Formats: sequence, structure tokens, C-alpha cells
Amino acid sequence: MNGTIPAPTIEYALLAPMLVVFGAAIIGVLVEAFAPRYLRSAIHKPLTLLTLAGAFVITIWQARTGIPTTPSAMGAVAVDGPALFIWGTILVLAFVSVLLINDEGHFVASAAAVPGSAEEERALTEGATHTEVYPLVLFAVGGMLLFPAANDLLAMFVALEVMSLPLYLLCGLARRRRLLSQEAAVKYFLLGAFSSAFFLYGTALLYGYAGSVDLAKINTALGSVGGQDTLLYIGVAMLGVGLLFKIGAAPFQAWKPDVYQGSPTPITALMASGTLVAAFGALLRVFWVALGGLEWSWTPIMWGVAILTMVVGAILAITQTDIKRMLAYSSIAHGGFLLIGVVALGNNQQQNASALSALLFYLVAYGFTTVGAFAVVTTVRDAGGEAWHLSRWAGLGKRRPLVAVVFSLFLLAFAGIPLTSGFFGKYAVFQAAVAAGATPLVVVGVVSSAIAAFFYVRVIVLMFFSDPAADGPSVVIPGGTWAVGAVAVLATVVLGVFPQPVLDLAHTAAQSLFVR
Amino acid sequence: MEPAKIIEHSGGVIGVSWLLIALPLLGAAFLLLGGRKTDKFGHLLGVATAVASFVVGVLVFLQLLGFDPAERRRAVPLYDFIPGLTKMGLLVDPLSISFVLLITGVGSLIHIYSIGYMAHDPNRRRFFAYLNLFVAAMLLLVLADNYIGLYVGWEGVGLASYLLIGFWQHKPSAATAAKKAFIVNRVGDFGLAIAIFTIFTAFNTVSFAGVMESGADPSQGTLTAIGLLLLLGACGKSAQLPLQSWLLDAMEGPTPVSALIHAATMVTAGVYLVTRSGAMFFPEGSTAAIAVTIVGVATLLAGAIIGTAKDDIKKALAGSTMSQIGYMMLAAGIGPAGYAFAIAHLITHGFFKADMFLGAGSVMHGMNDEVDMRKYGGLRKVMPITFATFLVGYLAIIGFPLLSGYFTKDGIIESAMEYSSTLGWLAVLGAGITGFYMSRLVFMTFFGKKRWEADAHPHESPAVMTWPLIILSVGSIFLGGFLIVGNRFMTFLGPAVGQPEHLPSFHPFSVPGLVTLALVAAGAALAWFKYGAAEVPVTAPRGSFLTTFARRDLYGDALNEALFMRPGQWLTRLAVFFDNRGIDGLVNGIAAGIGGTSGRLRRVQTGFVRSYALSIFIGAAILVGAWFVVGNL
Amino acid sequence: MELYVPILVLAVLAAGFAAFSVSIAPFTGPKRWNRAKLDAYECGIEPTPQPVGGGRFPLKYMITAMLFIVFDIEIIFLYPWAVAFDSLGLFGLVEMVLFIVTVLVAYAYVWRRRGLDWD
Repeated sequence: MNGTIPAPTIEYALLAPMLVVFGAAIIGVLVEAFAPRYLRSAIHKPLTLLTLAGAFVITIWQARTGIPTTPSAMGAVAVDGPALFIWGTILVLAFVSVLLINDEGHFVASAAAVPGSAEEERALTEGATHTEVYPLVLFAVGGMLLFPAANDLLAMFVALEVMSLPLYLLCGLARRRRLLSQEAAVKYFLLGAFSSAFFLYGTALLYGYAGSVDLAKINTALGSVGGQDTLLYIGVAMLGVGLLFKIGAAPFQAWKPDVYQGSPTPITALMASGTLVAAFGALLRVFWVALGGLEWSWTPIMWGVAILTMVVGAILAITQTDIKRMLAYSSIAHGGFLLIGVVALGNNQQQNASALSALLFYLVAYGFTTVGAFAVVTTVRDAGGEAWHLSRWAGLGKRRPLVAVVFSLFLLAFAGIPLTSGFFGKYAVFQAAVAAGATPLVVVGVVSSAIAAFFYVRVIVLMFFSDPAADGPSVVIPGGTWAVGAVAVLATVVLGVFPQPVLDLAHTAAQSLFVR
Repeated sequence: MEPAKIIEHSGGVIGVSWLLIALPLLGAAFLLLGGRKTDKFGHLLGVATAVASFVVGVLVFLQLLGFDPAERRRAVPLYDFIPGLTKMGLLVDPLSISFVLLITGVGSLIHIYSIGYMAHDPNRRRFFAYLNLFVAAMLLLVLADNYIGLYVGWEGVGLASYLLIGFWQHKPSAATAAKKAFIVNRVGDFGLAIAIFTIFTAFNTVSFAGVMESGADPSQGTLTAIGLLLLLGACGKSAQLPLQSWLLDAMEGPTPVSALIHAATMVTAGVYLVTRSGAMFFPEGSTAAIAVTIVGVATLLAGAIIGTAKDDIKKALAGSTMSQIGYMMLAAGIGPAGYAFAIAHLITHGFFKADMFLGAGSVMHGMNDEVDMRKYGGLRKVMPITFATFLVGYLAIIGFPLLSGYFTKDGIIESAMEYSSTLGWLAVLGAGITGFYMSRLVFMTFFGKKRWEADAHPHESPAVMTWPLIILSVGSIFLGGFLIVGNRFMTFLGPAVGQPEHLPSFHPFSVPGLVTLALVAAGAALAWFKYGAAEVPVTAPRGSFLTTFARRDLYGDALNEALFMRPGQWLTRLAVFFDNRGIDGLVNGIAAGIGGTSGRLRRVQTGFVRSYALSIFIGAAILVGAWFVVGNL
Repeated sequence: MELYVPILVLAVLAAGFAAFSVSIAPFTGPKRWNRAKLDAYECGIEPTPQPVGGGRFPLKYMITAMLFIVFDIEIIFLYPWAVAFDSLGLFGLVEMVLFIVTVLVAYAYVWRRRGLDWD
């Protein structure tokens, strides 16, 4: 029995961005363990930012030195064009989100204390804060990097958990509205665990079908294994549930509004941008690499899911009176638009590349805009924390025109108005879908966009054409948030007026497709 | 001769000609985003970006001159603007560079002048930001190599114009004027937008080069429709009949704005549009081209008549602007024989009209912002520099021999005469009226007795305001002769817009030329008797029916009201009636339906994690079931 | 379908055995009652009376249990590595050291944050 296991070869250089992030996260835990309390934050902030920047630089360097055409780490991880593009996107978005996290006052003093209890009071007066946020964010980002790059289902599952577990915790750390935050954390955890079980179950069934968890081998098995279709279908469906849950596609979207609302807003920004990008990367990889020969069976189902997601997201958003819940439903609807792009995959190489590049561009555009929008949400505050209720935003345009204009810009980008990044994102995805013959889906997409535009514009009207309340919320813009807003505005405008460089980049990344 | 082919260009200053637009745009962005912190140096930065843009413009011009005339149309591709629809690029050719030099050159002078004019305004920084924004948008308008880019610039200048007319928004009249300009321009812009849609449908491209070289052969009707729609757009922006009504009100803006936007540059955008599209949509003798000439002649007369009756110095000048642009339109409609004169007149007009507007601003600056000429009088002694420069501008516009306006306006009249004698004689008549109303303006302002308000203490303006005047007046003297004599400008512009087979020769003593001079002299003499030698009453006399007609802007507003507003209101009421019954029922029904669905669906979001889990479970079950159904089809 | 028959049989057998042994015990086993035996198993600590509605559960138990699981899993990983130590060689050693270091970092955090203190 001895001597039969060869040591695996691992391309450490290719995995460097992930290793850097994970390494820094572990250092972060050590800082938590040994650094005195007053120093922790001062160490974490530069450490986290430098780590993300460093990982980004390495990613760029890798993309420039040549994109590998075979999977790495014995087939467990695939560092290919789309993966590198997604890594870059996630790292930049995470960087921006961390800038938001850096600003004071988002996180609870003592998460374990009962809300409203004497312990909490004491922790607050001591000025304690949970600097664990930083290593947790780094772990989550590490998971986000691995998730879309994982080339076998087990690695993907591990990535899913590494990404999700820190997020469950982070959700419960909001400084204000403690009960809501804890509720969000518990809900996200329970439902996340539930969906992970589906994912794992699907993995097991697919293993039973193909005899491997390697995505490429599952794909080969599609042609050669006969008579096991039951295993295959149930397995794929279960796997799909796990992935669609993370995206927040209907009918697995129920967690999103509650969790987005309850979480600390910077964490919501991270989830709405980074997690969505990572989850779409993983979804695309599974459905293209593993199930590439099976489009005829999953495309109709994706149609249904995409339509349901867009419609549910757009319609439910209309009656929301809470800005964060509205943005959550908007995120659901955008997930639906992105699923249109997934449906557009599949006919041939060129079609795949154009659909993929459209999706990648959309993810970048949406990621920046959504981080920006949540950044604005953090600035509008009442005595009890951020002012979430829409009525509190009335007349903001008259009190703080710049903030209102910036938020309007983001909303218009969400709605897909020309000369904003959102327009080109939708344009590219819809174009790819039409080319793939999914015109009815695009029609539903356009109609949903129109419905969605209604509630975006309603907020703009509310901000500019309503009279401000006498005791209206105050607007506080700390330095980091200011920078985030500026970056997001810049990205939204530049991608709307001058989209070509990023489109080219996405196209180059997509041209090599996912490696098999 | 047809226009030359457009060549792809890279390298040199032309390769970076996007800097022309980028510099003022960055200036505007910096000043608007920088906030109050930039108050101290904001005006200097604004001037610096405009001047820098001018320097780049000169360098581009010099490089362009280095090429063979047939190779002077250079396309500078920038990036893919809307993938699959159009690329964004710049077109540097004799036509666009002429505009660039005018916009940045005169623009820079007006920027400098504004330092003094707006010195006491608390929002001076914002003013310069808007001016920079305008310059950038205007440059985009003339440099874009496709209609979409042009449209973006077109809307950009409209926005800047709106912001600047309403700059003193605390005055209700300014706010109303800004709104009016915006709404009237919407009508024109609508025409332009539809024209662009039609162009795209007919040619499957919107780039100038693409339209010129496309093999598509749309029907004559389509071409005419495009031409007329483009003309509608041009009428809106250039204040031509029937969309002229906004320009007079636009004088509510600060005077440098009137000089830069509403005299020298933006209002000439319509002439640019017609000239640029000339070879494609306004071929010689086509219906659209004839419409252009008719609009031009009608406006040049209407503007001149309005100018005769205005007591507000800026409104009188605005009427004159309308009239002069009418001349340009007339020339642009004539075809290749007229283009060079249209653009040459546009450039010299840019100089002398900016000169006079800034001069008027200088007068107002010294007179407590009084605009009523009846309260001026005898100012030539207290404001010698302003008077001297204004006099040069005045002589140039009435076509005093050997000054700029003489050459360019005469060129237009001559070519109009050759095209159609009726139009030509009407243009001559217009020139005579110009002689009258401009002389009236000068005599009422600078000559005669003092009719000042008690608290007016007129004084000469500071050097930062007078130097731009001096430079502009030098241009007003020499530029016209330089451009026209020896057909210098016509041969320069030829590759861009086409030129006639036989170059016209310049006759100083042709019959129309002599008649024009005689009429102008008569007009000036009449003005001298009525306003120079005679006493000018401080309150305007009731005047005859004709005076009232002119004072009320030829009843333009009343006409608009009767023709469009009232029927519009009736139509609206009717529409509202039907809307409430039919359409609204439908729309409200849909909205209510969606809202109701939303409300009902919302109840699914119970907040209980168990029901969420159940929904996931049911969803998974449906997904598995669906897979079986699809898989076994 | 024949593929699953053995599994089905096994499941039925297992369930049958469980049901049988649980139901037969009360009848066959000796019955010597005392109070401690009737209490719920609580790591040997005297249970305190439960507040109405379940109340809040002390976290100490949870933390201890979680730490136990963490180190338990570490051992589970160590076991197959030890078995295949020869064939994995240096690579296996390095990887396992990295793994242990990672767990150690977590341990250090728990220790420094007084997660191991009872009070």
C-alpha cells in the first residue's frame, strides 16, 4: 500500500494572489491574538489594503506574463483568462469596500453582548471595536478568489464555505440595530448551510454519475456514461440550487433583502459586489466547463430562472420603503439580467466569448456602482444610525445636492441610462443574448428594466422634488467613504463614456474562455 | 470640386487633438468638484485651460498646414463609442480647425475679460467652470467625426447655455429665460435627433466619412427629410425663424456669456451643421438647401427689424446677431459658392460681435448694469477705449469699406445675387437696415447728451477688460480682408466642404456692392438725424404700429403663443381628458397591477427563516422536476 | 434498481436492529433507580433549574465543544498522513506543518482571547 501516493505538483506562483490573501488573513489573526488593543486597528488597516493591492498587482502581472491554458494544482484550480479578470475585479471591489469598512462606526463594540445589555454599554464606553473584521474580510475575499477559479467540485465547495462562513459572522456585527443584524446573520447562516447541503449533495450525485469531481472529467463523462441520467439530473439541479442561492436568483432569493438590510452596510457592499462576482464566476465555470455538452437541458431551466429572477426582483422592489432592501431587490434583478448572459452561452466559440465578455463587463460595471450606492447609504444618518427609510431621503437634493446627485448617478446606472456604465453592461449582455437567439428573454429583460427604472427614478424624484423634513437626517462623509464615492462615480462615468478599454480587457479575458 | 477624402491620422499634435476638448473639460470638472476651495484661483485656472486649448489649436493648425491641401482632412480615431454602432473619433480638417481657432481664441479673450467683469460676483468660480464646460462641449461639437458625437456636444453646449443664461437665477427673468431657451432648443434638438436616427437607418452609420462613402442610395425623399430635420436643429441652436424667440431673452445671462455663447460661437453651430452636412444633405439646388436660404433671408430681415426698435443695448445686439447668422445661413444654403463666405463671415462676426458685446458689457459695468440705451448718451468721452473699440466693431458690421465685415458680407451678397437676384436684393436691404440700427445704437450710447441716472458714475473699465477689446477690434479690422482677398479662405476650406469650379473674383465696385454702401450710408444718416443730432427721450415714445411690431419681436412670442401654446394647451386638455378615460386607465391599471402584485408577493417575504428554507426546498424540487421534464423530452 | 436492493436491505436491517434493541431493553434489563440517573447528561455538572421558555444557553459549553471539534478534525487529518507518511515524503511533511501552524494560529487567538478560561 505504501509508495502509491505521488506528491502533487502545485503551481504556487499561479496561486500567489490567493496565498497572499490567506497568508495576510492568518497574520491578521495573529495580530488579533498578540497586538495590544489600541494598536490593532492601526496594523490591520494598512495590512489589509496592502494585501489586496499586492494581490491585485500579482494578478495583473500574471495576466501580462501569459495566461496558462491548463488547470493548475493537479486540476483543482484553473487560473485562466476569465478567472484572472474576475480576481482583478474582486480584489479592486474588496479594496474599495475595505476603504468603506475603515471608516468608524459601522461595527459593534462587543458582538457577544446581549443587545441593550450592561455589557454592551460597557464595551461601547470602553471604545472597543471588533477588529476581527479585517482578517474575516480577508478570509472571505480569499474564498471569493478560489470560488470562481476552483476546477473541481470539492475545491469549489471548500471555497464556498471559506467565502461564506466569515460573511455569516460579519453580517452580525452591525453597530446599530443589533437585533436586525443578528437576525440577518442567523438567517444567512441557516439558509447558507441549507444551500451548501444542496451543493454538497449535488456534488455527491455527480460523483456517482461521473466517477470524478473534476469539472472537465464530468464533461467527458456526459458523452460516455449511459443509463445514469437520474443521477445526473438530480445532481445538476442540486448543484444549481447551491450556486443560484449565492447569486440570489429566484426562487432562492428570499435571504437577500433580510441579510442585505441587517448587515453592516460596508459588508453589504462587499457581499453585493464581491460575492456576486465570485458566484457568477463559479456558476459560469460549472455550467460551461462541466455541463458544456448539456446546454439543451439546462438552457430552458435557466430561462425560467432568469425570467423569474428579473420579474421578482423588479416587482418586489417597487413596494419597498427601505433603501437597503430596495437595493437588495435591485441586486436580485441585476442577477436576473446577468443570468440572461449565462443563457447566451453555448452555441459556439465566438458566441461564448462574446457572452462571457459581456458578463464580465457587466460584473465590473455593476460591482462599482453598487459599492458606490451602499457607500452613499452609509453617509445619510439619523440619531439612531443610517437613515434607511425612504421618507428620510426626501429633499436630500436640496440639503446636500452633491450627495443626491451622486446617488442619482448610481441609480441611473442601475437603470441602465446611456452614458453610465450600466447602459453598456446591459447593452452588451442583451446583444449577446439576441445573438444567441434568446430574444424573448431580452424582451422580458427590457420590460423588467423599465419597471425597475420606475423605482430608481422615484427615489431621484423624492430626493430632488420633495421638500426636506425639518428634522431631516444629517450627512456625514468620512474620508474613506468619500474616496469610495469618488472611485465609484469615476468608474460609473468612465465606463459609461469610455467603455472600450475595459470591454477590450473583458474580451481578451473571455477569448481564452475557461480552460477545460 | 467635391470635398476631399478623409484620411486616418496618427502622430503629431493632431494625434493628440483630443487635448483640445480634454483641457477645458478637466478645468470644468476640477472647478465644479473642487468646491469653494478653488475660489481663489478658479478664474485663473479657467483662463489657463482655455488658453492652453488655444495653443494646442494653433499647433494643430500649423501641422495641418504642412499637409498637401487634398490631404488636410484628418480623422483621429479615439475609441469604440457604442460597440457595433459607432466609433468615437475626431475629424480635424480646415472647417473644424477654423471653428477651433475661433472658439478657443475668442473664447480665451472672453475668459480673460470675465476676470474683470465677474470680479465682484461671489460665484465667479462656478461661472468659469461653466464657461470651460461650454468651450469643451463646443469643441466636441465641431471636432466629432460623427453625428452622435456632434449631438453630445450639441446637448453639452445647450446645457452650458442653460446654466449660464440662468446664472443669476435669483432674478426670475433670468430663470424664465433659461427655461425658455432650453425648451425652444428642445424642439430643434428633437429634429436633429430624428435626423440622426434617419441617417442611421438610411446609411447604417453615423460617421461623416461613413455617410459620405457609403454605397447606400436612399431615396430623394429620405434625403430631403434628413436635410429639413437637420435644418430644424440648426434653426433651434442658431435662433433662426421660426425658433428665434429664445435668443433675445437669453441676454439675461452675464454679458461675457452673451458675447461667447450667444454671439460668437454656440449660435453659429447651426451654420456649422449645415456646412458640415452640405455635400451630403444640402446639395446645390435641393429642396433642403432652398429651405436653408429662405430661412436665412427671412431671419436676416427679421433680426434687423427687431434690432431697430430695441432700447436694451444687449437685445439690440441680439437682434443683430440673429440677422448676421441669417446671412451665414443664406450663404450656407447656396452651396460650395457660399460656404467659404458663410464661415468667413462667421469668423469675422465672431470677432466684431464679441467685441461689441464685450464693449456693451464694459459700458454696463460702468453704468451700474443699466442696459437701457435711453439712459446712456455721451459716453465716448468717459470711456475712450471702449468707445474706440466699439466703433471699430460697428464699422465692421455695417460693412465699412476695407474692414472685416465689408469683405465677408459683400461676398455673401454677391454670391446670393448670382444664386437668385431676389434673395440678393433682400440681403442688400438687410444690410441697409443694419446700417440704420447699428448707427442708432452707437449714437444713442456714445453720442448726444448725457441721460444718465443720478447715481451713475461711468468710468473706463480695467485693463483686463479693455485689452481683450483691443485685440478683438484688431481682428475686426484686418481679418476679413486677409481671408477674402485672393480667395485665401475659399481655397483653404475647399478640401473640407467643396468649392466652386470657378473661384469668384473680388469686385470692389459691383452694382450690388455700391447699392449696399449707399443704403448703409442712408441708414446711418437717418439714424444720425433721429438719434445723433436730435434729442433722445428717456422714456420710449409710443411709436407707430411698425415700431411696436418690432419691439414685440415681430410678435414672435405672440405667434408662438397663438400657434403652439394655446392649441397645445387645448390639445393637452383634450389629451388629458382621453388620458384619464382611456390611456391612463390602462397605464394606471398596469401600474396598480404591478404595485398590487408587488404588495401581494411581498407577503411571501415573511421574515421567518423556516418559510425561506421551505421556499428554497420547493424551488429545488421544481428545479429537479424541471430537469427531468426537459431531460426526458 | 437491483443496484439499490442491498442498500435497502441493509437500511431495513439497521432500523430493525435499532428498534428491537431499544424496545427490548426496558423489559430485559435490571431496574435500579436513582435521582442522578434521571437527570440529563450534562458533563457531570449539577443542572440548574431551566428558566421559563428555555432561556439563554451559556456560551461556555458551545465554545468548548467547538474547540474540541477543531482539534478533533486536526487529528483526523493527521491520521491518514501518518499512514502515508513514507510515500508523501517531504511534501507531505511541509504541508502538514503548514496545516498545524494554521490551526495553531487559531489556537493562539482563542488562548489570548481567554477562550480557554472557564470564567
